[in-house]
Amino acid sequence: MVRLGLLIDITKCSGCHNCFLACRDEYYGNDYSPYSAPQPLEGQQWMQIKEIERGEYPRPKLDYIPLPCLHCEEAPCMAAATDGAVYRREDGIVLIDPVKAKGQRAIVGSCPYRVVFWNQELEIPQKCTLCAHLLDKGEKEPRCVEACPTGALVFGDLDDPNSAVAKLAAEKDLEVYHPEYGTSPRVRYIGIPKRFIAGEVVRDDMRGECAEGVRVTLEGPGGVRETYSDSYGDFEFEGLEKNTTYTLRVELAGYVPQTFEVVTNKDVVLGEIVLTRA
Amino acid sequence: MSEQVFTNLTNSGPVTVYVKDGQIVRIRPLVVADGDMKPWTIEAGGKKYSPWKKVTVSPYILAERRRIYSDERIRYPMKRVDFDPDGERNPQNRGKSPFVRISWDEAATLVAKELMRVRETYGGSAISGITSSHHNWGIVGYKMGPFARFMNMMEFTPVLDNPDSWEGWHWGASHTYGFFWRLGMPEQYDLLQDALQNAEMIVFWSNDPDSTRGTYSGQDSALWRQWLKEKGVKMVFIDPFYNYTNAVMGGKWIAPRMGTDTAIAMAIAFVWITEDTYNKDYVANRTLGFEKFKPYVLGETDGVPKTPEWAAEESGVEARVIRTLAREWAAKRTVLSGGSRGGEGGACRTAYGTEWARMMVLLQAMQGLGAPGRSIWGTTMGAPFYADPWFPSYGEPEARMSSSTLVAKYIPQNPTKQRLWRLTVPQAILEGHVEWYGEGFCGKSLEQQFTHFVYPMEGHSEIKLWYRYGGSFIGTMSATNNWVRMYQSPKLEFVVNQDIWWQSETRFADVILPACTNFERDDIGEWAAINGYTVHASNGCNYRVVVREKKCIEPLWESKSDYQIFSLIADKMGLWEEYTDGGKTEVDWARGFFEISDVAKMISWEEFDRKGYYIINVPDDYKPTPGLRWFYEGRPCDTPDLGNPKRLTAQRDQLGTFSGKIEFESVSLKQYFPDDDERPVVPRYIPSWEGHHTKELFEKYPLALVSPHPRFSFHCHYDKHTDWLNDIPGHRIKKDGYAWWPARINPVDAAERGIKNHDIVRLYNDRGSVLCIAVVTGRVRPGVVHSYASSALYDPLVPGNPEAPDKGGCVNILTSPRMMSKNVPGMTPNSCLIEIEKWEG
Repeated sequence: MVRLGLLIDITKCSGCHNCFLACRDEYYGNDYSPYSAPQPLEGQQWMQIKEIERGEYPRPKLDYIPLPCLHCEEAPCMAAATDGAVYRREDGIVLIDPVKAKGQRAIVGSCPYRVVFWNQELEIPQKCTLCAHLLDKGEKEPRCVEACPTGALVFGDLDDPNSAVAKLAAEKDLEVYHPEYGTSPRVRYIGIPKRFIAGEVVRDDMRGECAEGVRVTLEGPGGVRETYSDSYGDFEFEGLEKNTTYTLRVELAGYVPQTFEVVTNKDVVLGEIVLTRA
Repeated sequence: MSEQVFTNLTNSGPVTVYVKDGQIVRIRPLVVADGDMKPWTIEAGGKKYSPWKKVTVSPYILAERRRIYSDERIRYPMKRVDFDPDGERNPQNRGKSPFVRISWDEAATLVAKELMRVRETYGGSAISGITSSHHNWGIVGYKMGPFARFMNMMEFTPVLDNPDSWEGWHWGASHTYGFFWRLGMPEQYDLLQDALQNAEMIVFWSNDPDSTRGTYSGQDSALWRQWLKEKGVKMVFIDPFYNYTNAVMGGKWIAPRMGTDTAIAMAIAFVWITEDTYNKDYVANRTLGFEKFKPYVLGETDGVPKTPEWAAEESGVEARVIRTLAREWAAKRTVLSGGSRGGEGGACRTAYGTEWARMMVLLQAMQGLGAPGRSIWGTTMGAPFYADPWFPSYGEPEARMSSSTLVAKYIPQNPTKQRLWRLTVPQAILEGHVEWYGEGFCGKSLEQQFTHFVYPMEGHSEIKLWYRYGGSFIGTMSATNNWVRMYQSPKLEFVVNQDIWWQSETRFADVILPACTNFERDDIGEWAAINGYTVHASNGCNYRVVVREKKCIEPLWESKSDYQIFSLIADKMGLWEEYTDGGKTEVDWARGFFEISDVAKMISWEEFDRKGYYIINVPDDYKPTPGLRWFYEGRPCDTPDLGNPKRLTAQRDQLGTFSGKIEFESVSLKQYFPDDDERPVVPRYIPSWEGHHTKELFEKYPLALVSPHPRFSFHCHYDKHTDWLNDIPGHRIKKDGYAWWPARINPVDAAERGIKNHDIVRLYNDRGSVLCIAVVTGRVRPGVVHSYASSALYDPLVPGNPEAPDKGGCVNILTSPRMMSKNVPGMTPNSCLIEIEKWEG
């Protein structure tokens, strides 16, 4: 049996918005009943791009989380719908019946990911269908995946071991966006941004030269991590827990070591850490 | 009615168009039949790299359907209500007064009569006009075709094009390494393979290829950079803005103060010279004049050694960072990516931007330019490429209905010798006198850069009739309020604007003529191909795709193709037969161009017309010829760089400079401008006339504006005419029912001014005021404000008043009209000081 899945590799996403615009092109003003009614001009982004800017000058980071309907296996929208207005197909695609769903605004509110939109004019909830109407006509992938220039979106049959999507699923650690919602999304992610701590090590007596190879350790939940400053004296710890206290130590023989208590209630850019001679 | 499927081509990729009941319902990246694409393979580091079997387009192409049906389309011919050709013309009301609908017959008659009147009264040289670039694609309908054919018949004064976007390379780098036949850009052949096989580091200097995308090649090169990232190639980005490529690639961000890049370049040379880490054999055998350059770098000529500490003082980049960059560059096989096409980059669009571009070439020469992994490569061109089959493209005369000896029977000759210079058109009209050096795109010789022009030329008329076709310079040129002033001058007796959409300049016309898109007419073209002065640009794509651009729908409302419009006006003048070359339709022209191409030997017109596209695949026995490897190795040029005039001569192992070598001391500049201290014979760092050293101005306007080419639109195209893009916060941000243009400001600068994220702010200086929405971000260095050029929306609070703040985001209003240097007529948008305040309305 076919079990469709969409994997989104955030490390490859360049934020070009091709997926969003391809989706808009497919659905704006186009009626694909019974799959979907026309998308209106305002207020609906069936594939939205969440821009995540982290850190600060001079060490910012920028990532994107492309967010379509996640086609959850425990879909709250199905539970909220009456008259079977939201249903899951055998291949896993969750669809809203535009006729049966008329007037069922509760479906919009039921989605913790806020990816179901209310169509004021038609009085129906609407969302991503993974282009089911195209797949049923023989197309291989939804418009968003077709338009992706970097391979950040990978679509296919998770049960086919030869499919790109199954291979990627086997190879990478797949993550659930907001696992605390408990909805078992079929759409999974790679590389969801977490917290990072970064800084630059500078030697007070050698300010004209970058401090390469300085040992930096980070102690926190899960033990001690270690890194060395790069050729520019920069270091970074990525993938840290949120709202957690870490202890960062910078050590170089002949210099006074420095210790910082760092709380990851946001990403932390420590700036220059100046080591003085012992 | 059942669905019809057509093919078409845009400035950023080929598409498949679905039409139902005469309406376009869907536009996809070109759907290609199985087996038509044969991917090439590059082997590097034990891995094989091949592209996928698909085309990728730029984002705005996926919104093309919205642009075609935009509310901003010009629907009917129109006349300004207070314009009376036989009475009061009221030029002072251009940009202010409304328009009234007129018939095509009335419009064409009026335009024809005015053209004839002006020509008879003042001569053809009193007629001038200019086109937009790239709002459409296809060689039949492109600006060099219908417009040029008609205007040459009028014997008009052509406006010379400035090499916008890469002016520093054109006016500077070409005197260092030649390549004038590429307008100063280096050849890019097979540099993808070279980078995959050899590069250990890439320095992106003033380059955001993920946003500028090789100009026309869609997003095909994004995959190449993913490969390089996965291979672990180290990346460095030098840019006052943490740009989008930097964001997705990671790597080191170095953010200099605006206008100081050349100082950093000098310091890098200083490190290499003093640490003895440059390629002395190469410098000795492949370059000229190093002995003149070295003393300047060491400070022997001016008493200022160009140390990293000195450069740090100028640029705000720590000396240790410059030192490390220099050492790694020397130690690792390093690609220099100095702009989207190898060259380009905002750093070359500054005061004395020639010097930065020259230094880019010279730095890489000091490391053996052309050696494996030591290229100048934009990362957006240079895929394996089958260059042999020729297909005509807009950059070459044979591909234009105005000049193709192979396709046209009648070719109008324009005897008028007078020229205008695009950047100074307002000055020419308002002041009646302009002088400059350089024949615009100087692709035939370096000497062309030294031709002196005076407007008005002796025996010629000043401009009385201005024919504007497409585009909106208020968003792209410099100090653009001057364009408003120009339009309101009584010196312009008649102004026509022919366009598809309402643009910033449209309202300044007396008569408006509605044109249609290339989805509403027939054409033909190759994806991303330019030819002429940019030969083989389609090697920025993974495949060469030639497309039959089909008329998908009838022209909307009363619009017509540009060819049809000019045919109609020509008819009113009794010139229809000549203009249409004896009654040729657009399909006739398209077929004519197809038949002279090499593709006609591979597929018949009928089959091509039916299928809609043809893909020229790379042959199995393809032999790569990496750009400039021949020069590095001292061999004759083996790349297919057709424009290289020495390629088939005894000097075929030489570059295009006067000496044939890379010139630290430029022989061409020495010959023509030996005493020029602003583009000196040996490059120097010269502080900007509008920067942190201009004390009084800097105290008044302490922020430097950087206004690069935009990421989600193309020039002024798509933006205002494609409102789907307003849902992309990187493009415009909606607030209180208005889609504002973002201005990015560092939190430190914002806090000093009480500016919060998404406040409406006024950017201003003595040249004007622009309202934007503030984006407070650590992605810009303190002291710099980033706001893209090319807003298509000119929306002054008082219509037609150049003193009124513009709400639309045309930050080019703020930029300086001053040319790059006294003998270099390039624009300088990135030497622009401003202040910002919260706008209280």
